[in-house]
Amino acid sequence: MLNCDAAVVGGGVVGAAIAYGLAELKLDTVLIDEGDVAFRAARGNFGLVWVQSKGIGCPPYSSLTRRSADNWLRLAEEVKQVTGVDIAYSRPGGVHLCLGEQEFTDRAAVMKQLEAQTEGRFQYEMLDHRMLSEMLPGLGPDVTGGSYSPLDGHANPLFLLRGLHAGFRNRAGRALINAPVHRIRPLAGAFDVEAGNETVRAQKLVLAAGLANAKLASDVGLRVPVHPLRGQILVSEKVRSFLRIPTLHVRQTTEGSVLMGDSHEDVGFDDGTRPDIMAEIARRATRAFPFLRSARIVRAWGALRVMTPDGIPIYDQSESCPGAFCAAAHSGITLAATHAFDLPRWIAEGALPPEFDAFSARRFDVH
Amino acid sequence: MFTKVGDGDRDLVKVIFEDKEIMAPPGQSVAAVLLAEGIRSCRETPVSGEPRGPYCMMGICFECLVVIDGEPNQQACMRTVREGMLIKRQHGVAQIGPDAKAESDPAE
Ligand SMILES: Cc1cc2nc3c(=O)[nH]c(=O)nc-3n(C[C@H](O)[C@H](O)[C@H](O)COP(=O)(O)OP(=O)(O)OC[C@H]3O[C@@H](n4cnc5c(N)ncnc54)[C@H](O)[C@@H]3O)c2cc1C
Repeated sequence: MLNCDAAVVGGGVVGAAIAYGLAELKLDTVLIDEGDVAFRAARGNFGLVWVQSKGIGCPPYSSLTRRSADNWLRLAEEVKQVTGVDIAYSRPGGVHLCLGEQEFTDRAAVMKQLEAQTEGRFQYEMLDHRMLSEMLPGLGPDVTGGSYSPLDGHANPLFLLRGLHAGFRNRAGRALINAPVHRIRPLAGAFDVEAGNETVRAQKLVLAAGLANAKLASDVGLRVPVHPLRGQILVSEKVRSFLRIPTLHVRQTTEGSVLMGDSHEDVGFDDGTRPDIMAEIARRATRAFPFLRSARIVRAWGALRVMTPDGIPIYDQSESCPGAFCAAAHSGITLAATHAFDLPRWIAEGALPPEFDAFSARRFDVH
Repeated sequence: MFTKVGDGDRDLVKVIFEDKEIMAPPGQSVAAVLLAEGIRSCRETPVSGEPRGPYCMMGICFECLVVIDGEPNQQACMRTVREGMLIKRQHGVAQIGPDAKAESDPAE
């Protein structure tokens, strides 16, 4: 039996960020992860810290995203300082490229809506082909324009994950790896978490097991209705640096690889790849930047998003088992700063703030 | 480091690595030919500039990148030598970009 103040189930980017923050608050924390057999979005994502288009029709979600993006530099600097890991974060702004007139008109309408609902705090510009070309050299003629927001950025998501895990351990956190949680038993004021052949007894429990949250949640009176939504990504050989500003579907890493994404496929628990989808991704990327036709693709993969029914994150505390929290988000990179700095404080204090009511799964209850 | 077990009685082909002419047995990979010549490194990494050379010899590690007949980032272990082949070191990243001329037709 392992005793601790807090057990975090799931060592993906959501669980690792929360555990990193809890350890900073001096809670004796155990991070439990299933290991390589699990579906792990944290290891297969695109690495955008993206503000534009988040939370349209849900102001609390746009504020949450904005807050996390504004704290990202602090997170990157802190992780570097605590662990030496450089997450390669930069915030040069980001562009959503539009192909064809219709996409441009639709995009302009959506951005206007976001600006209105944030009372003007959301900053963006709609740029036509000519203005955008100054920012993004080599843009193809099919690009009609796009939305630019200075609030967006990108990072290396694998270094983020590594940095959070290393930081957690540096702060005396304990990690239990290759230990799938199969059952959680609520006791009076504690939880027994059965993980592999170990039992962890924790005062507080955080469910951050990605897609597995759906099945674990009911053990502690929570509901986390998440489902997989596949995305495929292509990666090119390293080429000369040409794209400082990330776009939604094409970005270049500091090392020179070009990442091209990504699809939205409802195919259940299948994280494979498909030639027709990859061809479509490549087609869109080369319409945006025609010279990419001569770049070789060296890797491709599929990964499963952790999707909620409305695309908005779920954060909750159990009513029947207080002390049990859950977190599920399909933008775990963007929200990493909030998961590392804000959530742990609230979990330690024992209550989520009132503005988080918007993120409770109670919103899915039929009234 | 490596000893040739003999070139057999096959006709050798001539390839050029940087400025050096190498007589190589047909059918061998570019990486094998370079190693047999004692050439241990064929590129510098784009990130740290460290020298790198053939390692896995089976197309997985991407350490043996060279420029072949003007085409950047070719895996030396996956390409077979051909008469007259021009092989160059891969310095850093491929020079593909918005203002670079179109690369040679990849459908060779
Ligand atoms: C193609 C793609 C592109 C994306 N692009 C972006 C992007 O650009 N920006 C962005 O912000 N987000 C992006 N995301 C989303 C982001 O990757 C996810 O939000 C994030 O990874 C979710 O993290 P997680 O920790 O909840 O889940 P996961 O990464 O899935 O991790 C879950 C963890 O829980 C563990 N686990 C599972 N079951 C158990 C169990 N029973 N017991 C113990 N441990 C268990 C697993 O081992 C795993 O490590 C993208 C996702 C995909 C798929």
